[in-house]
Amino acid sequence: MIPLGHYLVLSALVFAIGVVGVFLNRKNLIILLMAIELMLLAVNMNFVAFSHALGDLSGQVFVFFILTVAAAESAIGLAILVALFRNLKSINVDDLGSLKG
Amino acid sequence: MDFSLVLFYAFGAVLVASTLAVIMVRNPVHAALFLVLAFFTAASLWLLLYAEFLAITLVLVYVGAVMVLFLFVVMMLDINIDLLRKGFWKYLPLAGGVGALMAAEMVSLLWRSVGGLNVGAAPPPGYSNTKELGRVLYTDYVFPFEIAAVILLVAIVAAIALTLRSRKETKYQDPQAQLAVKASDRLKIVKGAQP
Repeated sequence: MIPLGHYLVLSALVFAIGVVGVFLNRKNLIILLMAIELMLLAVNMNFVAFSHALGDLSGQVFVFFILTVAAAESAIGLAILVALFRNLKSINVDDLGSLKG
Repeated sequence: MDFSLVLFYAFGAVLVASTLAVIMVRNPVHAALFLVLAFFTAASLWLLLYAEFLAITLVLVYVGAVMVLFLFVVMMLDINIDLLRKGFWKYLPLAGGVGALMAAEMVSLLWRSVGGLNVGAAPPPGYSNTKELGRVLYTDYVFPFEIAAVILLVAIVAAIALTLRSRKETKYQDPQAQLAVKASDRLKIVKGAQP
């Protein structure tokens, strides 16, 4: 059998790689969205591993809802990206300063 | 060593390598394809945990829908990669340091506290993960399930509303105006010269 710690360490690694991806690709909005998906995947893996280890299905139900919300989030994010590219001809995060915040 | 443990190490290595490739490669299309590989490997890892339904859902929803959407958008946009990669190598030491520190902290904590805990045994024969999940989902979690449906509906409406545009140069018929027209708007009777 696979120990629970193996899964937790693997998902911790994937989560850290996702955070590094947000750091590295600060300008590329598409890769930023992909890094967010990676972090969500790591969290989902934690939920599934704990759900199996504890014999409780609630964790898997929660993963189901996270998948739903993540799909909605990426659909809206990509729609915003397309609308943005139409107006600015760029997806560089540095070009998004039109509100002067 | 158990065969499932061997499989776990193989899939885990592929997962970490493909996630690293997602954030490091130059071309966004390659990044999206590596993300597909990462999701597929994660689905195999979930199968090792006997979470069959979620593994299939991950492949269907992520590989089938979300990643196709990503690829569609990446290929539709005409991106200047060199401009977007500026500062990549400058931030690499800081980002790598923070990431390594974060991973080391999490790994040391998790390994210490739950390292010995075993993932539960295989379910008994005849057990259906999908059936049990459906039973829980439609009884205990029926209200959150409905809310998830509403969230998806809102996402559909928002995505369409954000990307819909009416071009000025497109010519289309307006049925309301067509129906509301009267003969007197179109036809003008002029009196000609009497013969």
